[in-house]
Order: sequence, then structure tokens, then C-alpha cells
Amino acid sequence: MLPLAGLLVRAPWTTLPERLTEPGVLAALRLSLLTATLATGVCLVLGVPLAWLLGRTGFPGRRFVRALVTVPLVLPPVVGGVALLLVFGRRGLVGEWLDTTFGFTLPFTTTGVVVAEAFVAMPFLVISVEGALRAADARYEEAAATLGASRWTAFRRVTLPLIAPGVAAGAVLCWARALGEFGATITFAGNFPGRTQTMPLAVYLALEQDLDAAIVLSLVLVVVSVAILAALRDKWAGVT
Amino acid sequence: MKARLLTALALTAVLVTSGCGSGSDDDGGSGTPAASGSAGGSKGKLTVLAAASLTESFDKIGTLFEQANPGVEVTFSYGGSSGLATQITSGAPADVFAAASPATMKTATDAGDASGTPATFVKNQLVIAVPKGNPKGITSLAAMAKPEFKVALCAEQVPCGAAAQKALTAASIKVTPVTQEQDVKAALSKVKLGEVDAALVYRTDAKAAAADVDGVEFPESAQAINDYPIVALKNAVNPSGASAFVTFVQTPQAQQVLTEAGFQQP
Repeated sequence: MLPLAGLLVRAPWTTLPERLTEPGVLAALRLSLLTATLATGVCLVLGVPLAWLLGRTGFPGRRFVRALVTVPLVLPPVVGGVALLLVFGRRGLVGEWLDTTFGFTLPFTTTGVVVAEAFVAMPFLVISVEGALRAADARYEEAAATLGASRWTAFRRVTLPLIAPGVAAGAVLCWARALGEFGATITFAGNFPGRTQTMPLAVYLALEQDLDAAIVLSLVLVVVSVAILAALRDKWAGVT
Repeated sequence: MKARLLTALALTAVLVTSGCGSGSDDDGGSGTPAASGSAGGSKGKLTVLAAASLTESFDKIGTLFEQANPGVEVTFSYGGSSGLATQITSGAPADVFAAASPATMKTATDAGDASGTPATFVKNQLVIAVPKGNPKGITSLAAMAKPEFKVALCAEQVPCGAAAQKALTAASIKVTPVTQEQDVKAALSKVKLGEVDAALVYRTDAKAAAADVDGVEFPESAQAINDYPIVALKNAVNPSGASAFVTFVQTPQAQQVLTEAGFQQP
């Protein structure tokens, strides 16, 4: 908690209103919230099935895949960004094909930011959901199957409600990680105000010139994310 | 979540404060060291904070300095000048500060952290960095402005971005970059990776990356020449060593190393 207190103490409270209304701040905040939410969506769509594969099926090489899933946790995000460039960049393995076939490139776009954030945040979701799946009793699904439910129905009506808290917790972690993402984003998506400049990037660049501006931006990010997370937690935990 | 954010902030702090503490472990195969710039009793450790663009030259100069002053051990911490200036004003233990622009030096001198007046020891100029062989045939600043080219510039907050803006304004050319990079090396690596067609970087950086990158000179860069100031710091642990190093950097021997790297004499 101490570093947070440090921010509060050093914050330039007198000039706060005018600093908050600077045009760049809102754009960066909006972009951060948008991309973190989209990245969480991508992680949910790809991560829940992956977690189900890891937690419920016994395919060969499962341990290896699980280890691979956690790689972005270990990799320095900047390296993650370079790795993404090597794959999705204009000269990358997939990127070159995308560029020549569709004339479409990912780096330096908002989509690129989402990709970078999803890459880094995915393990948080997969690990949470897989843990929840392992804790959930598979016999409920079997019971549903004996009662004639298809696999999909059983997953949707039985498994998902069982693991919902795990999915929610994973999504929150994932969102939080995506919101704070810096290294992979600035490396893969670059830094352009309004398009790829998220709050952490704006903070870093502000730090180059004006410590007070960096503190203000950081405070905004802290306040907004704490508010959102507190609100979501109350909703999901059923506490009012 | 709070913990997560604090981690992010802590990491940012680490990023800013750590720089890259690369020691001057050059093989130092250069000729006989002159006794120039040596000061009596300047023994012990010497910490120099220097702009990232000085990395290659200062590693060499550090070795020469150690040869000229036996018993002195120089440690360099390279990074963005603005970040280094912030470290100094926050009380980072250092003896000498070499910045890539007078503006970043001013941050340190305004805070009263310098001992004496900063001296300009080299100048650096911008060039257009293009992939080796210049496949897109970009030969002028005006060509960079064409919409079909992807261009990287440094963000205006850092010296190379400020210099780029100055050159573009002087030439009344408007370039819309796809990205504004956080430092000159990041802009250069986007060219190396082929993600952009051109970037404005310092001549010295283009020269250091000559294996992958060509540097195209352009006349407008004369409007945006960057002075590099150096100064001994007030809180130096080794004040005599600090002033000896500042003097040494301005000797012909050190200036030759800097010229070879692509810097210009002040």
C-alpha cells in the first residue's frame, strides 16, 4: 500500500482539474478500458475451451500444453512483444501472408493492442478456470449425460454454472493484467495517441518530461480500475 | 487488483531506475593511454549516467580513462536522458551526468544537482534510417511524408523526438508517423524488424546499426542539431574522479572515439 500512498502524497492536487481535462488523458483512458475489455473477451472465448481441454480431457501432451500456456507469465512482456512482431509483424510468419493477401497489418493498430494484451493476460484466465474445473465434481456432468443431455448442454447448463466464480475471478485478473500491460503493447503496437497509446504508455512517456503529469495519469488509472473492480466484485459476490 | 497495480507501478519504477548497468568491460586494445585528463587522487569507483546514444562510445572512453587513471573503476548506467535526469533529481548516487540534450540537462541543473556549468562535448544530427539497401528509395525528408510509407518517429517528450519535430517544422513538412517510440533505439529496432519503412534517428545510432540499417543524410537536419552536455554532480562520491572524467571526455583522444561513432565536434 505504501507506493500508493506515495502517489497520493506527491499528487499535484492544485493543478489536478486542469491536468485531468487535457485531451490526451481521456483518449488514453478510453482506449485502455476498451482494449482491456476486448482482450478479456478474446481470452474468455479462447481460454475457457482451452481450460476445459486441460482440465477435463486427458489428451497426450497435456502437461506440455499447460506449460506453454504459462509461458507469457514468465516471458518479459517486451520479449513477448518482439515475439508477436516476429509472427504478426509485416515481415512475420503469419503477418507477411496477411499483408500480401489482405493488405492487413496488425502492428500499430488498436487491434494490435488487443492482441498484445490478450497474449499476456490469457494465462491468468486459463489457470483460474482450469482450477475451478478441477475443483468442480465431474459426476454432475456425468449425471446430466445419463439424463440425456448432450455434451454441449451439460457444459452449458451444469459445468458453466459450477465454475462461474472461477471464470469471473479469472476474467477479473485477466482484465486487470490487460489494463496494466505495457511492455508487449509498446513493442508490438507502438505508441500513437488515440490509437495505441494506452494509459501505461502515456504514464511512461509523461515520466520522461513531467513527473506530476505521470502521477496524475497513474492516479486516474488506479481510481478507475479500483472503482470498476469493487463494483464488479459486489455484483458477482452478491454483496450489496 | 491493487496488488497488481502496485506491481505495475513498482515495475515501472524499476524500469526507470535500473537503466542498464553495463560495465566498461571492453577489451581495450587501443594504443598507449595519454596522461591527459588525469587528476591526482582520483581513485576508487566512478558512476557515470549517460544517454543511451553514448553507449558504444562511452564504453570505449571508459576503458581509456581507466588506463589513464590506474585505480579508477568506471561504471556506466545508460538510459533515456530524461529518465536519468529524474533519477538524479531523486537522489540517485552518481558522479557524472552526460545528457543527449540541454533540456534534459536543465532538469538536473535547475534542481541544483550539478557542480559547475555543463560543458557541451559533442553534437549529434538526425538522419533517415531505412532498411539496408533502401528498398523503398527514401532519400529525402519530403519523401518520408508520403502516405504510402510507414514511418516511426520518437515521441516529442524525448530528445530525438523533439529534434525530429524541429527539423520537420523547419522544413514545413508534415509527417504522420504510425508510432511515436519511447526512445531512439526503439525507433531504430522498428526499422531493423522491417515494421516501418523509415525512422528519424541520430546518425550515431544508424552507424551503430550499420549491419541492418542505412542512414540517409538530409539537409534539414542542420536545423536540429543536438548538443550533448556533460557535468560533474554535486553529490558525487568521487568528486575529483568526476571532474577528471568530464575533462577527459573533451580531450582529443576521447573526441576521436566520439567522432568515429558519428558524433560531431562541438
